[in-house]
Amino acid sequence: MSESSQITREEVAHVAHLARIELTEAELDHLRSDLDAILEHVKVVQSVVDADTPAMSHPIPVTNVFRLDLNVAGLTADEALAGAPESEEQRFLVPRILGED
Amino acid sequence: MTQTLVDFDEALTRYEPVMGLEIHVELNTASKMFCGCATEFGADPNTQVCPVCLGLPGSLPVVNAKAVESAIRMGLALNCEIAEWCRFARKNYFYPDMPKNFQTSQYDEPIAFNGWLDVEVDGETYRIEIERAHMEEDTGKSLHVGGSTGRIHGADYSLLDYNRAGIPLIEIVTKTIEVPGDKAPAVARAYVNQVRDLMLALGVSDARMDQGSLRADVNLSLRPVGTTAFGTRSETKNVNSFRSVERAVRYEISRHAGILDAGGSVLQETRHFHEADGSTSAGREKSDADDYRYFPEPDLAPVAPSREWVEELRGTLPEPPTERRKRLQTEWGFTDLEMRDTIGAGALELVVATVEAGAAPASAKKWWLGELARRAKEDGVELDAMPITAVQVAELQGLIEAGRINDKIARQVIDGVLAGEGSPEAVVVGRGLEVVSDEGALSAAVDAAIAANPDVAQKVRDGKAAAAGALIGSVMKDMHGQADAGRVRELILEKLS
Repeated sequence: MSESSQITREEVAHVAHLARIELTEAELDHLRSDLDAILEHVKVVQSVVDADTPAMSHPIPVTNVFRLDLNVAGLTADEALAGAPESEEQRFLVPRILGED
Repeated sequence: MTQTLVDFDEALTRYEPVMGLEIHVELNTASKMFCGCATEFGADPNTQVCPVCLGLPGSLPVVNAKAVESAIRMGLALNCEIAEWCRFARKNYFYPDMPKNFQTSQYDEPIAFNGWLDVEVDGETYRIEIERAHMEEDTGKSLHVGGSTGRIHGADYSLLDYNRAGIPLIEIVTKTIEVPGDKAPAVARAYVNQVRDLMLALGVSDARMDQGSLRADVNLSLRPVGTTAFGTRSETKNVNSFRSVERAVRYEISRHAGILDAGGSVLQETRHFHEADGSTSAGREKSDADDYRYFPEPDLAPVAPSREWVEELRGTLPEPPTERRKRLQTEWGFTDLEMRDTIGAGALELVVATVEAGAAPASAKKWWLGELARRAKEDGVELDAMPITAVQVAELQGLIEAGRINDKIARQVIDGVLAGEGSPEAVVVGRGLEVVSDEGALSAAVDAAIAANPDVAQKVRDGKAAAAGALIGSVMKDMHGQADAGRVRELILEKLS
């Protein structure tokens, strides 16, 4: 791994685990290199931002965008479930949870 | 794995507990936190959902103003500072109870922080420091199918209902609570109880623990007596009654002590509480899977409550609980002990309502802490879950004071009300329980009792008024209890003077 690496192989493996994506050893190497290139590219931004510039989460300085506490018709159960691969008893059916434990 | 439990009192000779309590309060807004979906409890599955709370592509959340208002009022009532500017954050995780793969919450910028709440246990006041109260959204409800326990482990698959996903939730987190170990379970209970009372007084939540609109998590660790470093904590989730909060603290103290005594180390894990036997069992071990990768929610504008708005909301706060209790005690003329018993029995609000309905405070207390408390205990329900209202208790007392029933008959009237036969008045009429105020009938019954018990009657004539008790008993029996015992006594003494 070169001195200038932005991300380690272990970090890629950790992020993959958090995202529940199974990667082969070869894929880990490959993605580390890809992500490294992307991060290296984005690093350019740091060169134009000095330490006094606060991190910005929102591009427009707007606050307090609220809605009134009113009911608006949503979807029917059929509509809501229409996109679900599987359903049962009017509920979304998902694979067993925490099967990885 | 066998679990060695150390007796609670013995555990406290070697260890002292450090607690942290987290309470989730579901707000009673008409619509969800970020969309207009209804929030009604118990609706058919997936009938209160829309593209926003289902996290469908292209949907855009917008903050519910009422929820922010409620959050600020709660923060103020908990003596917190209110943030001048704060953001929502995405808490990312892979668990299907949120269809978005993240929960919208707040991270390091809670709307309210640095507060406190005083609770009273056995006449002592304990100040619980509040770390923060932040806004977030509730998750969907999972139904685990297959397996043997209905719990997550062993389930074959899960069914998700997202009606609850997106309902506004406020999470209140305490700082570490360090109180004498023997008081810890009661302090934890009193705190949760007081937060619930506060929510009801604010009118921001139904705060029904049985329906999950107020849920408590109990974090607990032990450290050897005399040391200061914190031990490893367990997090007992979703403890659903005041009594369970108390029991969960006791159980975890005993369990941790067992592990530490054996030279083991406590696992940092979540625990499930079991109502049936008051035990906890292992849930999920905390690990690096709890890396939630929080980041500011880009789809929601920051919340920056003006100081004018905050002060305006401060003006809407109810009387603080401690001051209110002092005022009520003075108004009611209760002793410290009477007041403590009333609060301890969970009867404060019931007595308030009964007094408002016209009963004298002492009478209201007598019924709620006496007969009704006994029956609630028999049925294993909380006092305020009994199927009798404060107005009905006041009505019952009114019937006694009007001389239409006596204390003994009143218990039969309570039977009727609890059995769903209607108001006390309706039960008295329906069951024909009204006391006999017909002087002629009473007089005849007294004459009969005197005739049947000549020896006793003679003793009364000889000046032994106490002996009249046997005659009163005889008359009451004859009248099936439906007589005013005081009037019967008067009649007996008149006739035998």
